[in-house]
Amino acid sequence: MAGVSVLDLAGLGALLDALHSRGYTVLGPTVRDGVITTGEVHTLEDLPRGVGDEQDAGHYRLRERGDDAIFGFAAPMQSAKQVFFPADELIWRGRRTPDGAFDVGHAQSDPAPVALFGVRSCDLAAVGVHDAVLDRREFVDTRYQARRDGTFVVAASCAEPAGTCFCVSMDTGPKPTGGYDIALTEILDGEHRFLAEAGTPAGEEVLAEVPAQPADYDDVAAADEVIDQARSRMGRTMRTDGLRDLLYASAQSPHWEDVANRCLACTNCTMVCPTCFCTSVEDVSDLTGDIDERHRVWDSCFSQEYSRLHTNFVRSTTAARYRQWATHKLASWQDQFGMSGCVGCGRCIAWCPAGIDITAEVAVLRGTALREAKG
Amino acid sequence: MTAVEPHAPAADPMLPRPFRVVAHHLDTDDTVTLSLEPMAGDPLEFASGQFTMLHAFGVGEVPISISGDPTWPGPLVHTIRDVGNVTHALVGAGVGAVVGVRGPYGRGWDVADGIGGDVLLAAGGIGLAPLRPVLWEIADRRTDFDRVVLLYGARSPSEVLFGPDLERWAQECGIEVEVTVDYAPPTWQGRVGPVTKLISRAGFDPHRTLALVCGPEIMMTLSTQALLGRGVAPDRVRLSMERNMKCGVGLCGHCQLRDLFICVDGPVLPYTELVDLLDVWEL
Repeated sequence: MAGVSVLDLAGLGALLDALHSRGYTVLGPTVRDGVITTGEVHTLEDLPRGVGDEQDAGHYRLRERGDDAIFGFAAPMQSAKQVFFPADELIWRGRRTPDGAFDVGHAQSDPAPVALFGVRSCDLAAVGVHDAVLDRREFVDTRYQARRDGTFVVAASCAEPAGTCFCVSMDTGPKPTGGYDIALTEILDGEHRFLAEAGTPAGEEVLAEVPAQPADYDDVAAADEVIDQARSRMGRTMRTDGLRDLLYASAQSPHWEDVANRCLACTNCTMVCPTCFCTSVEDVSDLTGDIDERHRVWDSCFSQEYSRLHTNFVRSTTAARYRQWATHKLASWQDQFGMSGCVGCGRCIAWCPAGIDITAEVAVLRGTALREAKG
Repeated sequence: MTAVEPHAPAADPMLPRPFRVVAHHLDTDDTVTLSLEPMAGDPLEFASGQFTMLHAFGVGEVPISISGDPTWPGPLVHTIRDVGNVTHALVGAGVGAVVGVRGPYGRGWDVADGIGGDVLLAAGGIGLAPLRPVLWEIADRRTDFDRVVLLYGARSPSEVLFGPDLERWAQECGIEVEVTVDYAPPTWQGRVGPVTKLISRAGFDPHRTLALVCGPEIMMTLSTQALLGRGVAPDRVRLSMERNMKCGVGLCGHCQLRDLFICVDGPVLPYTELVDLLDVWEL
């Protein structure tokens, strides 16, 4: 198979070395505090070997897999969002000048280029969403742009979807279809190996430096089988036909009150969502008041303060806030950016302390809408 | 996606420019008009209805409509009501103080679309401030328009903004100005009652009118109903919407109203883009 090769574990280590030798900071899945999350990957030992996960509504646990799998888990606790879009970012630092004015220094870091390693197709789709939201607009997030430029992406097909996964419904996985320099599919059946496909000339160049075998028909067939198996084991589904119109038509639905009776407005869903991009700004000054730092921090449409208008709040109820979040993800995002704001990673379901499930809530709205249409 | 097309780094829209306060005018007990000049560089050009992000050093930043005259190259003028920490710091910024300015941002009134017909302006409270630039714009080219009517509602006579301007527009610019208040002492000779009530008997031809409305959302909703009731076409009614804004450039997400980012798609929007949205609770 032209352009497709097969790496063993040592080859995977050599791939990490090749990225490091090119000056990339390699960020990939690591085990920390009982979860798999994004961290710096220096060697194979930093990757979650033999670690799997169990995810369901309001539930996340790591488990021993009893094998050597490197990518044997579903969506990590955090996506790649924080790599390019930190939760707290200094945007400028100002200093009062003797004439009562102030100088504002442009706080733009010049970060080392990042290689994402083992990023899942749902999360890669989310990076594409953020590119559209933050870097393809009338005004752009210059800090996001600086971090994003020159990124190298090693994607990994998902072989172990969790109970919360619905990437097949959202057409974002389990196999990445674009946006990567190299895509890996881990094969555990038979000899432990990784099918590696280059998506760009840069990917080809890096792969050429790594000891690998050309892939044969059996390798490709085995990788396809991994994908097919994953596709058939999605824990959740969401019907997407007419989703935008369904959400808009449901604006006055009593179901939002029903969700609000369970929702704690804790903001967890928005913090783990790989596409949520809302931010606030905070001014931090020193004791003299002569130094002022302005920070951009992640914000959430579930907080009351988010919609403050003078002394009132546009969305004073949790029902209005959940409606805003779900409607934005699934409907108005389509009008704003020509794409869905949901990639089907399922994190909002797993990390909701009340186990609220967006796929279930949408199904209820669909049932309600259907009943109303039938009269 | 990974192969991000190389492009020149864009200018950072989040950096404020320092402006010095050159005039500080107390309009009412809680409202101040600040005139600002840039410490360096060119003055801001703006369109009527646009806003800037005004920054009080060490306190924070808020969106404030420009209330100055777009036809006259003077200082940058904002009228600010003291309703929170940042606006409190801004109204306290005396002559010589320095504030940060980003912008101008957003879509304005585009009153030129009303040339050849009547223009009806309805303002509630501080909502007169974003309409003041358009009144000056009209006054500057008054003969391009037929009848021009300003209906303005304030809470009480002491909260009526821009008194001298109202007189000048009425007496020198051929603009019919009607002022009404919600509460009045016995000495008040003018009208009492909601501004929306004035729409039904104001002198304009609904079929050739451009209506510009700015005020609290309920006032804009009721005004729009009255305007549509008189036969003004929905796409000829424009409202200046207000939402929480942290960036002013469509990135922070706060000002969303369904698919609209009020900061870049608005703040001025035709009623046709709002028709399904204004009657939904807490949207």
